[in-house]
Amino acid sequence: MATLVRFFGDVDLAEEAVQDAFVVALERWPSDGLPPSPVGWIITTARNRGIDRIRRESIRDDRQTGAVRMREPHEPEPLGPVTDDQLRLTFTCCHPALAPTAQVALTLRLIAGLQTPEIARAFLVPEATMAQRIVRAKNKIKGAKIPYRVPTAAELPDRLRPVLAVIYLVFNEGYVASSGGALVRTDLCAEAIRLGRLLVELMPDEVEVHGLLALMLLAESRRPARADANGRLVRLPDQDRSLWDRSLIDEGQAIVRALVRRNLPGLYQVQAAIAAVHSDAPSAADTDWGQIVALYDQLLMFTSSPVVSLNRAVAVAERSGPGPALELLDGLVADLDAYYLFHAARADLLVRLGRTDEALSAYERALPLTSNEAERELLEGRRAEAEGSAARRRRCRADDGPRLDAEQEL
Amino acid sequence: MTQYMLSVHHRAGDPEPGEDEMQAAFKAVDAFNAKLTESGQWVFGGGLMPKETATVVDATKGDTTMTDGPFIEGKEWLGGFWVVELPDLDAALAMAQEASAACNGSVEVRPFQEG
Repeated sequence: MATLVRFFGDVDLAEEAVQDAFVVALERWPSDGLPPSPVGWIITTARNRGIDRIRRESIRDDRQTGAVRMREPHEPEPLGPVTDDQLRLTFTCCHPALAPTAQVALTLRLIAGLQTPEIARAFLVPEATMAQRIVRAKNKIKGAKIPYRVPTAAELPDRLRPVLAVIYLVFNEGYVASSGGALVRTDLCAEAIRLGRLLVELMPDEVEVHGLLALMLLAESRRPARADANGRLVRLPDQDRSLWDRSLIDEGQAIVRALVRRNLPGLYQVQAAIAAVHSDAPSAADTDWGQIVALYDQLLMFTSSPVVSLNRAVAVAERSGPGPALELLDGLVADLDAYYLFHAARADLLVRLGRTDEALSAYERALPLTSNEAERELLEGRRAEAEGSAARRRRCRADDGPRLDAEQEL
Repeated sequence: MTQYMLSVHHRAGDPEPGEDEMQAAFKAVDAFNAKLTESGQWVFGGGLMPKETATVVDATKGDTTMTDGPFIEGKEWLGGFWVVELPDLDAALAMAQEASAACNGSVEVRPFQEG
């Protein structure tokens, strides 16, 4: 597909030509047998079919042909390695002149090979909306002449960023579905990991590409433990770690170790390293929280995201206790007041400090801020627990009996 | 090769540039224009007189009407533009970056229809 897009300089024409070629293959392969190189056969056939289409259309409509930019089709041209073409097309799909939503849609359609209805389902938008988004993006590529090329070394840092962001966004959309039921979109994670592997193959020298793949593998390794039998979300400290996928952990950790040796840290690599430390620990209590805090410090050199500061504060709570962590969180309220995890994390710390009433109002703040049902259920469960312990404590005080330590019980 | 329009839009409420800033921008734009002409990428360009100097002519309904003032009293209006000839959008975006820095305003990049 990518080879043909380069050859024709036109995404639609390339797609139609590939469809034609598959139709011919369906007719011929059952009787003639598989050709020696099926991929090469499809590319050559599609190229010829595409040229036929241009000829037909040029008779019908001269002006349209003018718009189809293509090389002289008569001179035989070496097709070059397919991988180079895929890389070119990836950079075109993730071009910064396209809206991020269009970048994602195009990458899934043209690089991952998903159909428009599948992409629409995955992102919970009507099929017509997604189709329109893809058409508009294709028209911009063609009309504004977004080139099919791999950026130069000087441009690469800027241009690689949206490519990695698109893949990670696809992964996260599958991992934490932003709305609706919980486990609808596991295939998006699989697609993102496949794209990550492809990119590693295409750009073996880019350390951040390896970092992204490791990060996704390590996150994916925890999937079997992320939901209980009733589909409810289970937090990292409460997960049954024997359910974690050992082979994914081994693969992710091996990548992280190799990256540490290269010593060119970056945004995705440090996040992968954090995930690797978690996957090393037999339990939450046995986690090397000092190292996690240090890695978050390093991560903050690559991003000023307040969400990273929030995660760092949660790690500080494990290393140094809820008091210092709460102080850190209170410094983030201006940036994160609308973020449910901020209030959820605050509530958890307040519970641990025995400040149950404040914790309850923090849960109340968090609940309306998420639309994901699994996350809402988890929050409601934690709020109910806090409420229960508060009630018990009041009862204990009233009875003047022995005080129940809410902190220990949780 | 494709022709692109790089247009500069003024927005209502933009701060009036001071005399020094204006002179600096004029100088930077002159240098930018000279570079375009030298490289053969220049097609046409220039700054427009204030929008109050505009007249709208409409001959779509038989009788021609003329209206004083810009087409729509909008919150944004065209201040000037370049037309340049370049191989692709990446080249146009790189050029727009230079243009924006020179004229001290944001620049919209649009390709012309071909043929």
